[in-house]
Amino acid sequence: MRIVDAEILTESVAKLCWEACYYLPDDVLAGFKRAEKTEASPIGKSILQQLMENAEEAKTNHMPYCHDTGMAVVFVEIGQDVHIIGGNYLDCIQEGVRTGYKEGYLRKSVVGDPLLRVNTGDNTPAVVHTEIVPGDQIKITVLPKGGGSENMSAMKFLLPGEGVEGVKNFVLQTIKDAGGKACPPVVVGVGIGGSFDKVTSLAKHAVLREIGVHHPDPHIAELEKELLEAINDTGIGPQGLGGTSTALWVPIETFACHITALPVAVNIQCHAARKKTIVI
Amino acid sequence: MPEYRLQTPITKEDIKKLKIGDTVLLTGTIFMARDAAHKRMVELLENNKPLPVELKGEVIFYAGPCPPKPGQVIGPVAPTTAFRMDPYAPAMYEYGVVGTIGKGPRRDMVKDACKKHGAVSFAAIGGLSTILSRRVKAVQVVAYEDLGPEAIRRLEVQDFPLLVAYDSNGDDLYQQEIAKYENFNQKTNKGAV
Repeated sequence: MRIVDAEILTESVAKLCWEACYYLPDDVLAGFKRAEKTEASPIGKSILQQLMENAEEAKTNHMPYCHDTGMAVVFVEIGQDVHIIGGNYLDCIQEGVRTGYKEGYLRKSVVGDPLLRVNTGDNTPAVVHTEIVPGDQIKITVLPKGGGSENMSAMKFLLPGEGVEGVKNFVLQTIKDAGGKACPPVVVGVGIGGSFDKVTSLAKHAVLREIGVHHPDPHIAELEKELLEAINDTGIGPQGLGGTSTALWVPIETFACHITALPVAVNIQCHAARKKTIVI
Repeated sequence: MPEYRLQTPITKEDIKKLKIGDTVLLTGTIFMARDAAHKRMVELLENNKPLPVELKGEVIFYAGPCPPKPGQVIGPVAPTTAFRMDPYAPAMYEYGVVGTIGKGPRRDMVKDACKKHGAVSFAAIGGLSTILSRRVKAVQVVAYEDLGPEAIRRLEVQDFPLLVAYDSNGDDLYQQEIAKYENFNQKTNKGAV
């Protein structure tokens, strides 16, 4: 058994929060570069160039790339041989988010009660997904999720007979409805299968996959390619101001499901596709 | 496409010459307000009460910044999704706001209001927050301080880069541009991105 001090979790989460917001991942920057090369719209091309400049400035000056530093979504995989001492696990994660958003000068974008809508002032609570896995390590990923793209995400139960065509239509319609509101170029996380709760979780996890990496199953990888092409044929383009680069990537995750059901979820990730991982 | 350098207050003549797709570098005073502030202001207008800040003839920037680091005027800032302010926009234009700055497409009610009241809706690039924050030279919270990042702020901006998205003719840049690129790859036989 490995003993890990709770304080290490807090410090790690705090650092992940601001690092995620300041430094756009390399796979996203590479995605911008590819898109800029092929973008047909002059407005779209100029937007992509400015986004790359913005990323560079944010990195150089250690500033948030986007002012919407999101609601923090924290994914934790805890090895079953780890014992956390010196504090309550969930409290430590929340304290990490609190510290990270304060010390990183990130925007506090969370209201406590969804109807009373009073800002909590420290960006907590974060959404925390915990999984127990084999081993004695802890893997933490922070995904600061912006509101504009999250708002445009959607879920639907299709009839099983609607099959792959039904999935394609639903994903495409969701992207068309979102248009420029979701801050394209976007990453389109898709979940297929599972239950009501599972399918949205699949879509969210899909967003974490590196741009450029396809699903291991050939028929799902094929669907990812087809959807990417179809989405970029919508004409929506960067910021919805027209163009051929609406999506940078379409990662799909799947799970088994009930004989009656074909659930599909689309989690849209804006161009500020931030994510940062640490393994303790 | 024409490029204009405009100084606030934007005159009715300025508004008339602006067409969708025009680039504007805006210098002067603008006011930052978003969801929660709009909800309060439109309630005041509906009850014939004065707004906490005079906004007649002014430009509203739909945004909420990050806190500034020591030595910064303002933290990173860029427009939020304009669509969420659509239900409030016609009342604000009718009151006398001449321009709004947001990101993303808007509903017909906004197009109609721009046409009716001789106003425009500008687009700035969503998420261009580090770059845009450098165009802000001064900032002051002027109302609704309790709303934190959603408080109303007065900004002094210099050469703030904008695109005219909806003009006073009721034209729509988003619709026009998307139509050009729909199925573009098939039309030109180019490979998809």
